[in-house]
Amino acid sequence: MQCELDIFFLEAVLNGVLLAGLLALLALGLNLIFGVVDVVWICYAELVMIGMYGINYAYKAGAPFLAAALFGILLVALAGVVLHQLVIRPVLDSAPINQLLVTGGVLFVLQAAATVVFGIDFKTLGIRLGSLNIYDMSFSYSRIITFGVASAAMLLLWLFLSRSYVGIAIRAIAQDRQIMPLMGVDHRRIYIVTSAIGGGLAGLAAVLMVLQYDIYPQIGLQFGPLIFMICVLGGLGSMIGGFIAAFLISEFIAIGGSCFATEWGYAIAFLFFMIVMFVRPQGLFGGKA
Amino acid sequence: MIRVSKSAIIGLALLIALPFVIRFFFGGSERYYLHLLIQIFIWAFIYTGWSIMGRFGLTSFGHGAFTGIGAYGCVLLWNYVGLTPWLGIPIAVVVAVVVALLVGYPCFHLRITGHYFALLTLALTEFVRLCIVGLRDYTGGSLGTQPKRYGDGLSLYAMQFETDRVVSFYIALALWLAGLAIWMWVDRSMDRYALEAASQDEEAAASVGIDVTREKLKVTAISAAMCAFGGAIYGQYQMYIGPDTIAGLGVSLNIVFAVIAGGLWVMLGPTVGAVFTQVLSEVLRVTIQSTAGLQSVFGSSVLALDTLIYGLLLVLFIIYMPKGILGTILERREKKYASSTATPVRAT
Repeated sequence: MQCELDIFFLEAVLNGVLLAGLLALLALGLNLIFGVVDVVWICYAELVMIGMYGINYAYKAGAPFLAAALFGILLVALAGVVLHQLVIRPVLDSAPINQLLVTGGVLFVLQAAATVVFGIDFKTLGIRLGSLNIYDMSFSYSRIITFGVASAAMLLLWLFLSRSYVGIAIRAIAQDRQIMPLMGVDHRRIYIVTSAIGGGLAGLAAVLMVLQYDIYPQIGLQFGPLIFMICVLGGLGSMIGGFIAAFLISEFIAIGGSCFATEWGYAIAFLFFMIVMFVRPQGLFGGKA
Repeated sequence: MIRVSKSAIIGLALLIALPFVIRFFFGGSERYYLHLLIQIFIWAFIYTGWSIMGRFGLTSFGHGAFTGIGAYGCVLLWNYVGLTPWLGIPIAVVVAVVVALLVGYPCFHLRITGHYFALLTLALTEFVRLCIVGLRDYTGGSLGTQPKRYGDGLSLYAMQFETDRVVSFYIALALWLAGLAIWMWVDRSMDRYALEAASQDEEAAASVGIDVTREKLKVTAISAAMCAFGGAIYGQYQMYIGPDTIAGLGVSLNIVFAVIAGGLWVMLGPTVGAVFTQVLSEVLRVTIQSTAGLQSVFGSSVLALDTLIYGLLLVLFIIYMPKGILGTILERREKKYASSTATPVRAT
C-alpha cells in the first residue's frame, strides 16, 4: 500500500489513460444505440465476448489476424442486427423496465450459450507483443495499439456522423423520434444501421481485447457494469461525455488499483459515480431529460 | 382489517401439513423436497420485498446489495464478534436500510427515475459486491464464507436450523407469510395511493400535496429491510454465503426477473415467480444431469444448459407476457367473468 508520487504512480496514471481508450470505445457503441434507439443493451459486453470467441476460432483455424479481426467485427455487427430485430423491436413500445430486462435476459442466454458451446476454460490467442520500457515504466504494446485504434475509430465515427447522409439522419433521429419519420427518414432502417454500427464497435473492442485479455464466458461481467456506469456518468446518449467519463473512471481504477488492490480501485470508481449522480443526475454532459 | 378468504385458510392448512404429506409419500427424498420448498419460500419473501417498491415504477437493481448486506452483516458479526443473530440480523437490516436511504434520498429528491435509477442502483450492487470481495480477510473474498457452527447445528441462540429441515420449513413458511402480510399492509395504506399517483405523474402528485420523496423513501426502507432480512435467513439456512450467491448483479437480476415472470402487480405474483424459477431451474438441472447423451456431447459445460433455457424463457416472457404468469391468468379470468355477467353499462 504505497501511494507516493513516484515513477510507479506516473506509470499507473499513464496505464489508466491507455485503459480509457478501450472503455471509451465500448461506451461509445452503447451510447450511440441509446441515443438513437432509446434502449440500453445490458448485454453489450456479452456481444464483445461473442466477438472475442469468433476471433479466437477464426485465428486458430489458420486465418491471419487481420482477417480474423474483420470476421469478428462483421460477426458482432450481424449479432447486433439480429438482437435488434428479434428482441428489441417487439419491445420498442413497452415500458423502459421491460426493455432493460429483455436485454438482461439476453445477457444470461449469451453467457450460458458460450459456456455450453465453448466450455469454461480460459482461451488465449497466444499473441505476445512485448512492452515498451521508458525509464522504469513499462507499457505493453497491446495497450498502446488499443488506445491508438480506439481513438482512430472514434474519430472516424465522428466524421461519419457529421459528414455522411446516413450519419446526419442518425443524429436527426436521436434528436426527434417523432418528426424525422415525417421528413421521409425510414426510422426502422436507421435503427438497423445503428444496431449494426453499435455491434461493429463492440466487435472492434473485441479485436482489441483479445490482444490483452484471456477469453472466458463471464468476461462480460467484468466490463459490463463499468460501461453502463461510464455512459450514465457522461450523460446517456452524450458521446463526448462518455469519452471524458471513461478517462475519469479508468484513472480511478488504475490509481486505486496501484495504491490498494484491484477491487478497491473499482469500488472507489463506483462510489465516485454514485456521488457524481447525486450532484449532476443527468450526467456530466447530459442535457436535461 | 385483513379479510381472510376460505380458500386462503384451506391453502394455509395444506401448506402446514405439507411436510407430513411429503414424509408419507416421498419418505426417501424428504430432505430434497423440503429443501426445494424452503428455497422457494425464502426467495418468495425476498421477491415480495422487491415488488413492494418495484410495483411503483422504482425498478431497482440494487437489491442484490441489500441481501448481501443482510447475509454478510449477520454472519460476520457472529463469526468475529460472537454476536447472536438475534442482534446481528437487526443490525444488518438497519445498515441495509441506512444504505438504501442514503442512496434513495438523493435519487428521489433529484427525481432520478427510469434508466438512470436502474443503472445507479446497479452501481450500488457492484459497489457492495466489490467491498465484500475486497475485504477478503474477513469475508473469504469470492470464495464466500460460512457462519461458525454452534454445537450440533441446531440452536435457538445461534439461530441455526439447517440440520432439521422440518423446522427450517416452518421458519421459511412463517417468513413468507410475514412477507405477504407486509405486502397487504402496504397495499391497504394511503401510501399506496400516493405512490401510485406519483408513479403515473410525479409533478401532478406533488401538486396535490403528496410528499413524493418521503413516500418513496418509506417503501424503499421497507423493501430494503425485507431483502436484508431474507438474505440473512438465507445465509443461516444455507450455512454458506458467497458474493455471487447472495450479493451482486446476478442476484439483483434474478430478483427482478422472477418478479416480472410471476407478475409484478398482484400479491402472489412474486411467489409464483419464485415457484416458477426455482422449479424450472431444478427440473432443468436434474433432467440435464441425468441425460447421459447430452453429457457426452457437451461435457461438464452442459451444466450451463439450464441457464440457457432459463434465460430464453425469460426473454420470451418479457416480450409476450409482460404482466407475468399470475397477472395474465388473473386478467383472463376477469375478462371471462366480465363477459359472462355482461353488464350494459360499464363504469369507467
